[in-house]
Amino acid sequence: MKLLNKRGLRSMLLGAVALAMPMSLQAQDFAGETIEWTIPFGVGGGTDVWARFFAPQLSEALPGNPTVVVLNVPGGGSITGANQFAMRASDDGLSILGTSASTQYPAILGDPRVRYDYADWTAVLASPTGGVVYIDPKYGVTGPQDIEKLRAEEIRFASQGATALEMPVLLAFKMMGLNIKAVFGMESRGAGRLAFERGEAGIDFQTSSAFMSSVRPLVDGGKAVPLFSLGVVDAEGNVARDPSFPDMPTFVEFYEQATGAKPEGEAFEAWKALMLAGFSLQKMLVLPKDAPAEVIAAYGEAAKTIVEAPDFRERAGEELGDYDQLVGAEADAALKEALTVDPAIREFLTNWLAEDYGVKM
Amino acid sequence: MFDIALSALGQVMSGGHLLFLVLGVCVGLVVGILPGLGGIAGMSILLPFLYGMDTASALGMLIGMVAVIPTGDTFTSVMMGIPGSSASQATVLDGFPMAKRGEAARALSAAFTSSLMGGVIGAVVLSFAIVMARPLVLSFSSAELFMLTIFGLSMVAVLSGRSLTKGIAAAGIGLVIGSIGTAPATGEARMTLGIDYLYDGVPLVVVAMGLFALPEVIDLLKRGTAISENTGLGGGWGKGVRDVLRHPWLVARCASLGCVIGALPGLGGAVVDWIAYSHVVQTSRDKSQFGKGDVRGVIAPESANNACQGGALIPTLLFGVPGSGSMAVFLGGMVLLGIQPGVTMVETQLDLTYTIIWSLALANVVGAGMCVMLARPVARLTQVPFVYLAPFMVMIAMFAAFQASRSMADLVALILMGGVGIYMRRFGWPRPALLIGFVLAPGAENYLYQAVQFYDWAWVMRPGVIIIALITVVSVFLGLRFGAEISSEGESDTADQQTRGRQLAFAGVLFLVAAYCVFEAAQLSFLAMIFPLTIGILALIASLAVILRIRSGRVAEIHDDDASLTVAGKSSGREKYLAVFAGLVALIWLIGFFPAMVVFFPTFLIVAGKARPLTAAAMTAGAVGFIGLITWAMTLRLPEGLLGQMLF
Repeated sequence: MKLLNKRGLRSMLLGAVALAMPMSLQAQDFAGETIEWTIPFGVGGGTDVWARFFAPQLSEALPGNPTVVVLNVPGGGSITGANQFAMRASDDGLSILGTSASTQYPAILGDPRVRYDYADWTAVLASPTGGVVYIDPKYGVTGPQDIEKLRAEEIRFASQGATALEMPVLLAFKMMGLNIKAVFGMESRGAGRLAFERGEAGIDFQTSSAFMSSVRPLVDGGKAVPLFSLGVVDAEGNVARDPSFPDMPTFVEFYEQATGAKPEGEAFEAWKALMLAGFSLQKMLVLPKDAPAEVIAAYGEAAKTIVEAPDFRERAGEELGDYDQLVGAEADAALKEALTVDPAIREFLTNWLAEDYGVKM
Repeated sequence: MFDIALSALGQVMSGGHLLFLVLGVCVGLVVGILPGLGGIAGMSILLPFLYGMDTASALGMLIGMVAVIPTGDTFTSVMMGIPGSSASQATVLDGFPMAKRGEAARALSAAFTSSLMGGVIGAVVLSFAIVMARPLVLSFSSAELFMLTIFGLSMVAVLSGRSLTKGIAAAGIGLVIGSIGTAPATGEARMTLGIDYLYDGVPLVVVAMGLFALPEVIDLLKRGTAISENTGLGGGWGKGVRDVLRHPWLVARCASLGCVIGALPGLGGAVVDWIAYSHVVQTSRDKSQFGKGDVRGVIAPESANNACQGGALIPTLLFGVPGSGSMAVFLGGMVLLGIQPGVTMVETQLDLTYTIIWSLALANVVGAGMCVMLARPVARLTQVPFVYLAPFMVMIAMFAAFQASRSMADLVALILMGGVGIYMRRFGWPRPALLIGFVLAPGAENYLYQAVQFYDWAWVMRPGVIIIALITVVSVFLGLRFGAEISSEGESDTADQQTRGRQLAFAGVLFLVAAYCVFEAAQLSFLAMIFPLTIGILALIASLAVILRIRSGRVAEIHDDDASLTVAGKSSGREKYLAVFAGLVALIWLIGFFPAMVVFFPTFLIVAGKARPLTAAAMTAGAVGFIGLITWAMTLRLPEGLLGQMLF
């Protein structure tokens, strides 16, 4: 039996050589350098796995093939690690950070524990994701035409927390005037799905990869009915169909058909802001803005090389899905847009969280 | 199904797969032996190599690592009284007294043989259960899981020793400490004193190390001998193996228990060892030796904790929801290999599923085999004068505690918990009870809250809830009837009636902690308040009862193993050693971990151990080199020190 394929062997050898090499030979091309990639989450979580997928490729694609090590700094739902990075990161391109929706949302909401500022960072790679809302068939709801049935029932939704990844989903429920009772404290989205499968929760939401691997069988078995995908929101605020679910209406379409009007107003603006920061840019690789321009450019190029490799899609598999990865200036422009939230929108969000869920910022 | 299972077996046994599995086992044993690291650290060593490996070999390597962590951690539990990981906490109760009695080799080999059998039973159960476990996992809702945490808490009845009141108070304080941090329902901060560190709660490693490791180190230093009280190694490993073979049904029962509990996502391995331990206590006829070195007290938790890993694979593979902490990491590894766990994978890639199951069985055999061979040589360490081992253990404890959240506050919390630990030991408060309360607090609150939200109060009438409640009642009854002889805190001193003032003072401190919890809880919103308020009042009443009983001179509550010395106006030196360790933490804060160890090691060895300078230098170099190597290999971080940050 073949132990390792060629690429695996090569990357292992490369790793071994890189580990054995002495410090810095030529700083400008990263040869012999070690890049420390701070991940503000524990080992094995979504963002960690994402980083560990990219780390060896980043090492290969950056000039001079530096060693890339992942440093996990979990705590405070990623606030601890991001704060630490903001305080200590060097701006020579050897310190980089991986962020996720739970790093972005507290920054948008003005959580007092946040001591980092996205304005100090520049993004070189951003991985979007999407998600699907589905419902227990016992409610007899199959699409937007059944909105009255949907509104009539009190339906439970198992969630990690009001300010977690589910925030735009909760807001979407509110915009449609549904009577959703959120049960917080789930350890993960997976735990929420278990609650749905047990029949404890009547409505649920999963990100794209989890929907495909774990909810599709339920849909096929008649145990779940998909309602809408969240769609893909771009930096201009346009909402397009999710490439992973081209046949499924987006939330915006669903809303329009159910209520007869396009969504608008502060709530919709807030929803788009949350979608952009939490889904379109769900996971981001950022480095301090003060890094030399050529370093930032090198990272942008490396990210481009990685995602444009012919076999990238195949290797990325279901976890990254069919979404177009944003790289270089494109990623950074989206970041600027996502994290520049109108104070009125912020106020709307904090008021809503305080009124409906008693969350104080 | 069988042909797939067989062909998977063939693949598992092939050379390449076997090689990577053994590699994984070796990594798992090393991180298992080092307390406080566990599967998460092991995974971070292996994950960088996964990229590009073929799937079966990579899975073998990951499973090899995960499977043997509850095997390797037995070394520290038995030999040093330090719970290596949450899965080996109960092993300490009887394993460590055996080591002190000079039977370390016997205890270790009994533990490893039970681990092996438990692990294999777990794999066998898994291979059948995986295709039909779905309804079982789904039948445990938040309500049943809440009842299971209550069942776990009922173990306090067995583990309280002479005084149930003290046990309840200790468990109450554990629950209070466990609910520090963010409220699950509302996200409000509770009892954080405005300290950022406490927002995430106190890490388990810190609590376990503080409660068990530091007091044991200090007690052994105080005694001034080797760990073992006599020189023989006590019959060696053959005796331990025979011990296990004499109790086949005990192994089978505890392994099944481990499997089922492991399969319930959310509860995980944290309490399985305690449940197995109290099971063996309740079902044994002769209970006089439990807590003093009964080999069955080692066999039960060790057969359960390895089987638990097999059980924990069920929700991981079937639902993509991890059954325990190390399974969460394993799940991440699978995703990195491009496998999406879930029912789709189990049904369409059955070969992969069976590769995992067979790897699990094989890893248990390989891992336990290696450990049995190591048992005898490693057991010799119990013959070494303890003063030479102590600095090493303190270093490991601090290293492990710091990895919990990589904050100096971890070390401060370690010293504080160490203070709690030494006085609990001195005044006969059952530390296991506090630990159980601490471990179960978040689960109890979270599941109760969820159960009420999902079912209102109808959850009480669910059949599963009623069944578990009945089991709990029976278990409490048996525990109260038979548990009184089991003491985790050793014997009291004859003069203990004369130091009642000090005993009262310590109980008073715990009373104040409970009062603070009630006071804090009263200011929160309803959902965040209800749980801390309830447990705070429970702890308040129980500690008040202890105070009243000590005052009235009731024998069961009075305990002080330092009484004679105190009466004579002398100190046993516990506070002195704790102060030394606190000083070490201050030094680490000032000059960083490595320089502080370079200062601490030789100083301690020469001053306390009367070692020759050359020996001290060699031991320092060895210890610091070892930690440096581990830190480098696992890309961990250690405190850098204030001075270093200011200079550079």
